[in-house]
Amino acid sequence: MTPVLDVRSVTKVYGSGDTAVHALRGVSLTVERGDYVAIMGASGSGKSTLMNIIGCLDVPTGGRYRLDGHDVGGLDERRLAILRNRRIGFVFQSFNLIPRMTARANVELPLAYGGVRAAERRRRALAALREVGLEDRTGHEPNELSGGQQQRVALARALVTAPTLLLADEPTGALDSHSTEDVLRLFDGLNRAGRTLVVITHEADVATHARRIVRLVDGRITEDRRLAPVADLARAAR
Amino acid sequence: MNPAEVLRFALRGLAANKLRSALTTLGILIGVASVIVLVAVGNGSSEQIKKSIQRLGADSLTVTPSTTGRGGFRGGFGGFGGSTQQQSGPRTQAHDLTVADATALTGSGDTPSVKSASPVVTSQSVTAGYEGTSATISQFVGTTPTYFAAANKTLASGALFSASDEAAGVKSVVLGSSVASDLFGRVDPLGKKVDVNGIRFTVVGVLKATGSSSSSFSDPDSIAVAPLTAVQQSLTGYGGLDQIIVQATGTDAVDSAQAEITALLGQRHGVADSGTADFTVSSQASVQSAVSDSTKTFTVLLGAVAAISLLVGGIGITNIMLVTVTERTREIGIRKAIGAPRGAILAQFVVEATVLSLIGGLLGVAAGVAGSLFTIAGVKPVLVPSSIVVALAVSVAIGLFFGGFPAGRAARLRPIEALRHE
Repeated sequence: MTPVLDVRSVTKVYGSGDTAVHALRGVSLTVERGDYVAIMGASGSGKSTLMNIIGCLDVPTGGRYRLDGHDVGGLDERRLAILRNRRIGFVFQSFNLIPRMTARANVELPLAYGGVRAAERRRRALAALREVGLEDRTGHEPNELSGGQQQRVALARALVTAPTLLLADEPTGALDSHSTEDVLRLFDGLNRAGRTLVVITHEADVATHARRIVRLVDGRITEDRRLAPVADLARAAR
Repeated sequence: MNPAEVLRFALRGLAANKLRSALTTLGILIGVASVIVLVAVGNGSSEQIKKSIQRLGADSLTVTPSTTGRGGFRGGFGGFGGSTQQQSGPRTQAHDLTVADATALTGSGDTPSVKSASPVVTSQSVTAGYEGTSATISQFVGTTPTYFAAANKTLASGALFSASDEAAGVKSVVLGSSVASDLFGRVDPLGKKVDVNGIRFTVVGVLKATGSSSSSFSDPDSIAVAPLTAVQQSLTGYGGLDQIIVQATGTDAVDSAQAEITALLGQRHGVADSGTADFTVSSQASVQSAVSDSTKTFTVLLGAVAAISLLVGGIGITNIMLVTVTERTREIGIRKAIGAPRGAILAQFVVEATVLSLIGGLLGVAAGVAGSLFTIAGVKPVLVPSSIVVALAVSVAIGLFFGGFPAGRAARLRPIEALRHE
């Protein structure tokens, strides 16, 4: 089966000449469907750069990257946007909901850019909000929601397009312990249902929920440890 | 993304900052409204001038004396209002216009297109008094009775002076309506004696008001008409005539009359010898074209001033859209991260700018049309429909053009940098 992520000796260099910064020095990583990977590392280890490349927000300087079998290198901006829209769901540390838009409108946004019709959009947005347990908050704007609720809206927004990969960047970094528990429980449930998750974090507690931990130091992978086997998709589907 | 969707995002963006949107709209509103109002004012004043020229009569021609080098232009306003006829300066080789010239124009068989020719002398700003009240008459005209028909003046009450009065030098006068009301108020002026420079004239008639009194030109009703001989005796002396007003046999005979007059007077004044004419014959058509040229310039000038304010409004849009884009950089980053294509971002901001300018434009049209209902500086504005269309189209174009630059900047933002923006 095609791996969701297939990163081959990817490098990323910012700037050039003497001032060049080597953020990634050849990273190779393969993530199978249904896996739950935590990428850990101190700040400056290159984990944000890796996340940007995995998320198709940035292109690598060298190496090859296939997302769900599609070669990402050499795609233009328009194709990258389509790829982000259809195959990746983002969850950010600071929620990144659009202010003055209701929870439902925020969740509908990726569908709007994907060209889904209004009635269908509404149905799917409500279903996604139900999945994260916010069916009674659909008409609220972000500033009327707690941090945990906002992150759950962001999670619903990431899930609504049924992406191949759910990419979370420090998803619990701005949450209290109670909300952190909520979000992590949702992640566990999603993974059990067969979703592929890549979570970038520096918190060991968060990483223990994952099936596999990848540690990044100075732009290189120093540790790749499996905690649990990849979920059996056939069994999850049943 | 369908257009309705884009519009919805744009309206939401504008509604997020209502005061700012309103102020930006105001800039365009003022620009569009001023274009419409000022062009209407220019147009209104030109209409007004045309009307006052037509008041003189469409079938009349004016013969004015001129000297070499001063010829062509002076005829332009010669037949109208208060041009200064007593010009000093070299008049070498030039003949004055005389009563004999006027008589020759009607008397001989050489000018079949001429119905009448009235010699005219004019005294400017004459003070007239009646029992303690006094009024300034901007034009005191001495002429023959045919003048009234040629200059399109009709009586409201009383009678005209007759040709025999004129011949005998009887001091009778026909007053313009505003002179009559200034001097007499509600008293019936007929038969009363008016004191003009110490000479008493008997009022025999009052003219009908010719219409609006505009402030931009002298009041056409501030006039007094008396027999030529009487005015020459008392006010102007026996010099040359200021004008000869010629009435053609019909409006279509004006051109042939002009040719006949030029030929006959040229012969009498010996133009063939000196080579240049010492008089100018101007018809209403030539006066009108000269006047409409100058008012066109005036309208264009007003329009240009207004266009500048529209341009400033457009720069206001660019400015506010740049601020908006900077302020919403993070939002743009989020939209891009979740898959908004460049075109969708571009469209959202261009539509925002265009909606601002379109709303401003529509309100500006409303304000401009409303403003044109009032009399501005003595001029009743006359709307030019094309100015409304052009102002509205330009305001939309400004939205597209001036909104395009900030929108392009927004669309080009890279998502990772935009997301990092605080």
